[in-house]
Amino acid sequence: MGRVIKILGTGCPKCKTTTALVEEVVNENNIDAEIIKVEDIMEIMEYNVLSTPVLVIDEQITIKGRVPSKNEILKLLV
Amino acid sequence: MFDWIQKIADWFVYDVVHLDRGQHLAEALNFFIYDTTKILLLLFVIIFFMGIVNSYFPIDKVRNFLSRNKLYGFEYLMASLFGVVTPFCSCSSVPLFIGFVKGGIPLGVTFAFLVTSPLVNEVAIGLFIGLFGLKMTTIYVISGILLGTISGAVLQKLKLERFLTPWVKKVLENAQREQDLFIAEKQTFSQRLPIIWKEVLSILKGVVPYVIVGIAIGGLMHGYIPEGFFEQYMSKDNLFAVPIATILAVPMYSNASGILPVVQVLVAKGIPIGTAIAFMMGVVGLSLPEAMLLKKVMTLKLIGIFFGVVTICIIISGYLFNIIL
Repeated sequence: MGRVIKILGTGCPKCKTTTALVEEVVNENNIDAEIIKVEDIMEIMEYNVLSTPVLVIDEQITIKGRVPSKNEILKLLV
Repeated sequence: MFDWIQKIADWFVYDVVHLDRGQHLAEALNFFIYDTTKILLLLFVIIFFMGIVNSYFPIDKVRNFLSRNKLYGFEYLMASLFGVVTPFCSCSSVPLFIGFVKGGIPLGVTFAFLVTSPLVNEVAIGLFIGLFGLKMTTIYVISGILLGTISGAVLQKLKLERFLTPWVKKVLENAQREQDLFIAEKQTFSQRLPIIWKEVLSILKGVVPYVIVGIAIGGLMHGYIPEGFFEQYMSKDNLFAVPIATILAVPMYSNASGILPVVQVLVAKGIPIGTAIAFMMGVVGLSLPEAMLLKKVMTLKLIGIFFGVVTICIIISGYLFNIIL
């Protein structure tokens, strides 16, 4: 079953970096996952977070307010 | 404290590159090496220290603290103090605003945080120590905190809830003080360190180009603008200097790293320190991009009032500095 990865962020540089990193990790490791960028602030607020970017994996908030490293992303996905 | 950096700069300029003492280029290069090394070092230390504080005291904890505790009037000061230790990225300002308001934190307290956070941050403090010394830094930090506190309290008195955008009002109505599900990450220091370290490096990487360009421009101005050049235009007695500097600064947007080295030279060349600080606070504290983001949660009128009150507070503190210092 594929994972659902969401990146919450209003479009700041940090959020873009995070998205790019997640895409890299998913592609390099052939992970079956759907990557969704959530840019709508109303939708972001449903996750009750205070700082962006936020990495949500299968509706679980994993990392918020900072850009994760590729290693961290990989660990969270496998 | 920084003698050894001066020695390194001297050694490099006179012994390695073999420039002659007193030569214009030699002095400029010496100044540049000394200043950049000193400032980057200070930035590193302070960003690292703030990173540790922040790792143990993330924004979620700040929110919970402010929404749970009855602080009897001190909440503005507390929010403002938290603003200092919390790194602020303007793109987080909207989620942060909603999150605070949802947590039952009064609007004025939220504003106090929003004002101080960009104004007094790790990068500004590091640069300030390097360029102006400890005494000026303390004054800047304290006035930044007071500025947030006072603007927040004033904004609260104005009862601005009615100027929020409709969907935020709705959020407000449904706000129960969420007993939050925030579970502090239980990590040891050695687990935190790599994450803090990465943050430090990424912040440094972001500001280093600005710092270097800023110091280079500052260095050039140092050499070519005559001493006391600005005094004739912007003396302390010129009552319009502070408001004009502030109002010019608000639409400008730069992080502290680019603007501070230039401000330092302006001061050295005769611009009164209060006028310079007002300018700097206007640039760093308020900006058009931030206003654009806040439009999602505030009506234009509210943004206007918010910026207006803060601008007035900045102008007042500019005058105060010019009188005291």
